[in-house]
Amino acid sequence: MTTAPPTMPPGLGPDAADLRQSELPPTARLGTLTLAMTVAGGVVMAAQYGRNPSLSAPIALAAAAGFVLVVNVALLSRVKAFAWAAFFRVLGWALLAYFVIAGILEFVFVFDHTPSHQLALFSVLLFLFATDVPLILAFSVARWQLLPEVDAAPV
Amino acid sequence: MTDTIPTDTIRTDTIPTDTVETGSRGTGTVLTDRGPTGGVDPGTGAGVGPPDHVPGPPVIPPFSIVPVRGLPIVAVLLIGLVVAISTNSLWALDFFHVGGGGLWTSIDLFVGLVLGPIIGSMSVQARVEFTTRFMPKMVLIMPTLVAMTLGAGFQLARHLGNLSAAYPHHAWLVVSYVIVAVMAVIALGLLEPANLAVLFELKKPRPNGERIGRLMKIFIYTAGVTGIMQIATIVIMTFLASR
Repeated sequence: MTTAPPTMPPGLGPDAADLRQSELPPTARLGTLTLAMTVAGGVVMAAQYGRNPSLSAPIALAAAAGFVLVVNVALLSRVKAFAWAAFFRVLGWALLAYFVIAGILEFVFVFDHTPSHQLALFSVLLFLFATDVPLILAFSVARWQLLPEVDAAPV
Repeated sequence: MTDTIPTDTIRTDTIPTDTVETGSRGTGTVLTDRGPTGGVDPGTGAGVGPPDHVPGPPVIPPFSIVPVRGLPIVAVLLIGLVVAISTNSLWALDFFHVGGGGLWTSIDLFVGLVLGPIIGSMSVQARVEFTTRFMPKMVLIMPTLVAMTLGAGFQLARHLGNLSAAYPHHAWLVVSYVIVAVMAVIALGLLEPANLAVLFELKKPRPNGERIGRLMKIFIYTAGVTGIMQIATIVIMTFLASR
């Protein structure tokens, strides 16, 4: 059986986008953490739907998720070498899509006359959801995009 | 998000199980598909001839990241979902919840457990052609199915009184919430970002084949994991429906 040589053929291996990854903040991981806390808050709320619920745990989860989201955005905004055009392009479309989805869920809660405290908390969680997922998607695309000033040189 | 691919010559990198190298072709984005030692059949390991006699570099066909023609169908489904919720029609809520959930589960299982292994054994050219036709459709299909299933499911459960903590099988419902929550984090935190990243990588003038391979693996594996978790949801839902 013929095997591949130990060295990579010309043109293979990490490119400029791979080499930049270590300089980027952990946006995808923090975004997933935010998402997990948001969804967990929603599960706790839904599990208590229809009775007089204790909102302490969902409020704590929403606050923590909001804090991580703000930190995430702050860390990402400090990055200079980043494909911001691609990032905002994906972010815009994803925000549109996920706010439509969140809007439908919000409509369900309003239509069902959800009590005001629960509705307010559901709304906060939906806002976090509809903001965080587009952030993850936009970052996941932009992190691998070419930077004109860095990657334009011939390889 | 509907660019066309530049028509210049492209270098590529590795894709799992195949080694690729620089290639050129007159039109389209190309990836090469031949072994570094002159062409090795990835299935048998046997040499298939000198480099000059191996298949040429695969071409990435033009594709849209978001298939615009599918947007009206998505809009119709979402409007239908809102109408179903606002009218509290039991049939319509059942239709959106069962139909959406069934398709969501089936697609996840089919992609992860059936298509995944098949794609892994395909040539690079075939994989590229499949990916550029399949992944854009998933960008529209999966979020729509998820919205249909969850939106209609919540309203259906409320309409039937299943959401109430007094419901005898409330604990089973909470377990299903937890399963859906884990699936949502996997799907939105890993699967969907990988899907989009693959499509944008393929739009580059010089796509990185190794990266596409890595991202496709994430997509296939997470689809399989969520598909298996869906089976647990089906067990719970059919149990609740039969009570």
